[in-house]
Amino acid sequence: MAKTLMKGNEAIGEAAIKAGCRHFFGYPITPQNELPEYMSKRLPEENGSFIQAESEVSAINMVYGAAGSGARVMTSSSSPGISLKQEGISYIAGAEVPCVIVNIVRGGPGLGGIQPAQSDYFQSTKGGGHGDYRLIVYAPASVQELVDLTIEAFDVSDKYRNPAMIFGDGILGQMMEPIEFNKEPIDPSDLPDKEWATTGVGKKGEKSVINSLSLQAEKLEDHNQKLKEKYDKIKANETRYEILHEDAEYFVVACGTTSRLCKNAVKQAREKGINVGMIRPITLWPFPEEAFHKVLDQTKGFLTVEMSNGQMIEDVRLSVNGAAPVEFYGRSGGIIPAPEEILEAIERLQGGDQ
Amino acid sequence: MAKQIFKKPQTMADKKLHYCPGCTHGIIHRLVAEAIDELDESESAIGVAPVGCAVLAYEYFNCDMQQAAHGRAPAVATGIKRVHPKNLVFTYQGDGDLASIGAAEIVHAAARGENISVIFVNNAIYGMTGGQMAPTTLIGQSSTTSQSGRETSVEGYPIQMSEMLATLDGASYISRQSVHNGANIQKTKKAIKKAFEMQMNEEGFSMVEVLSNCPTNWGISPKESVKWIEENMVPKYPLGDVKTPKEVE
Ligand SMILES: Cc1ncc(C[n+]2csc(CCOP(=O)(O)OP(=O)(O)O)c2C)c(N)n1
Ligand code: SF4
Repeated sequence: MAKTLMKGNEAIGEAAIKAGCRHFFGYPITPQNELPEYMSKRLPEENGSFIQAESEVSAINMVYGAAGSGARVMTSSSSPGISLKQEGISYIAGAEVPCVIVNIVRGGPGLGGIQPAQSDYFQSTKGGGHGDYRLIVYAPASVQELVDLTIEAFDVSDKYRNPAMIFGDGILGQMMEPIEFNKEPIDPSDLPDKEWATTGVGKKGEKSVINSLSLQAEKLEDHNQKLKEKYDKIKANETRYEILHEDAEYFVVACGTTSRLCKNAVKQAREKGINVGMIRPITLWPFPEEAFHKVLDQTKGFLTVEMSNGQMIEDVRLSVNGAAPVEFYGRSGGIIPAPEEILEAIERLQGGDQ
Repeated sequence: MAKQIFKKPQTMADKKLHYCPGCTHGIIHRLVAEAIDELDESESAIGVAPVGCAVLAYEYFNCDMQQAAHGRAPAVATGIKRVHPKNLVFTYQGDGDLASIGAAEIVHAAARGENISVIFVNNAIYGMTGGQMAPTTLIGQSSTTSQSGRETSVEGYPIQMSEMLATLDGASYISRQSVHNGANIQKTKKAIKKAFEMQMNEEGFSMVEVLSNCPTNWGISPKESVKWIEENMVPKYPLGDVKTPKEVE
């Protein structure tokens, strides 16, 4: 298949359409605007609908309605907008309807800035909204992965009736790379019927209710238990990661854009004779604990690198569980760590261990 | 053989309602269900339940239902309607839900001319949470958060949602009715049916505001409460069609 040069944000949009998504509801915020802009042009061409909602609160609730009605549907935003969407995300998770939410993360807290960051890690993986729920969170590291993981997010979200999130950042959203669409485009009318969805009783002969209310504590506990079992299944089946130099003595841990910078630093470190590899979580939730267990016996230390002041490191520490030192290097506020800085941190890790 | 002359509408589930004795939410549910039956839309209808006393409406209507977050029903209905443009899509919302926390959602659904119908139950108070002030609480009316009566210098003025929304070009049919007596119940039914019909004819956004009671939180008997609607609410919230498209006027 021919390669096309596409900007990250637009590639997500085209990938969603190829995955059978015909509905998009969003609200402008930098640095993700190219995605709703692209959808506003492309969806009408595909007989779909695009609405620029009056707010992110409204956009996510439109997603809730459309997803509950059985459609593949997407919304996107950046950090402050995702905060506003949290109410709806909690309802969507509680009501178990599938959808894809894109967060092109920028520096925070508050209004923050518009430069790339990863400081919404906690919000995305620990449940930014209320209640006991999980999102399936993908952290792509290239425009090609934005495409592949967006398509996968729709499938996995449908499979488990659970919202999925694409956790990107301003660099990924804005950069152009050659990509290919490796899968046949999906015609939404070919997708299996969602018998639970609200399509009108006439179509199914039975009433559907999309709901997240449970006034009896026992029933709500049962529901939460059922959700937990589902989350365990997702953990067992959908955890994704990449390990570079699996036999290394030291490991850098990084995801998304940061992992690309780290790859470079790891290469330089290895040229200097440091036996270092890299673990790259591709799903942030479920977090790939297994990747750490694989290398724990031989590893003398981990270095977590993030575009934040240290959030993912908590999951790394839990996975390592005290078996080796876990160090941290991060930049925040929208500053991108340079490979040289990371290299120095790797050298410190090695030095500190001797 | 005895002839049955009155029965539950088909779109009303055979369930005991949880509303307080004398509360008119039940009447309004019935009118919605009858209108759906008469238009033969129970198989296409998709309703959106609010947060408020009608939170369990999804159990009472015999049609597909989604339950929305507080105030967000018009956005949820928008999502549903965009996926199923031929289905009858309605929301059922209280005044706290629609005029307070969900003010932006209702204004913009109306402004978009979203082809949905809204049943707006105005009882001038928050029922479910125990009688707090609503945006529709009348001047001088006491509530648990305006205990000596709503004062304009402190709490501002009640919002006339129907008049406000009627100013929007996207709103095609806006009517205010009441269920405080038989004659008005019939008029409410007609208005709801008309709102649904207009939606099925793709005429855009329609809303029926229904003046309703809350004997529990008003602290008066059901009998006094319907009188209270007539004497206190109707003067502030005048009944009748507030906006109709030229063709049906
Ligand atoms: C985000 C959020 N805030 C507050 C509440 C609490 N709450 C439940 S019902 C309600 C008031 C509803 O009043 P109204 O819409 O007038 O309906 P009524 O109960 O009078 O029928 C409130 C504030 C909630 N469920 N969600
Ligand atoms: S609290 Fe008021 S509005 Fe709610 S059911 Fe009781 S009487 Fe009706």
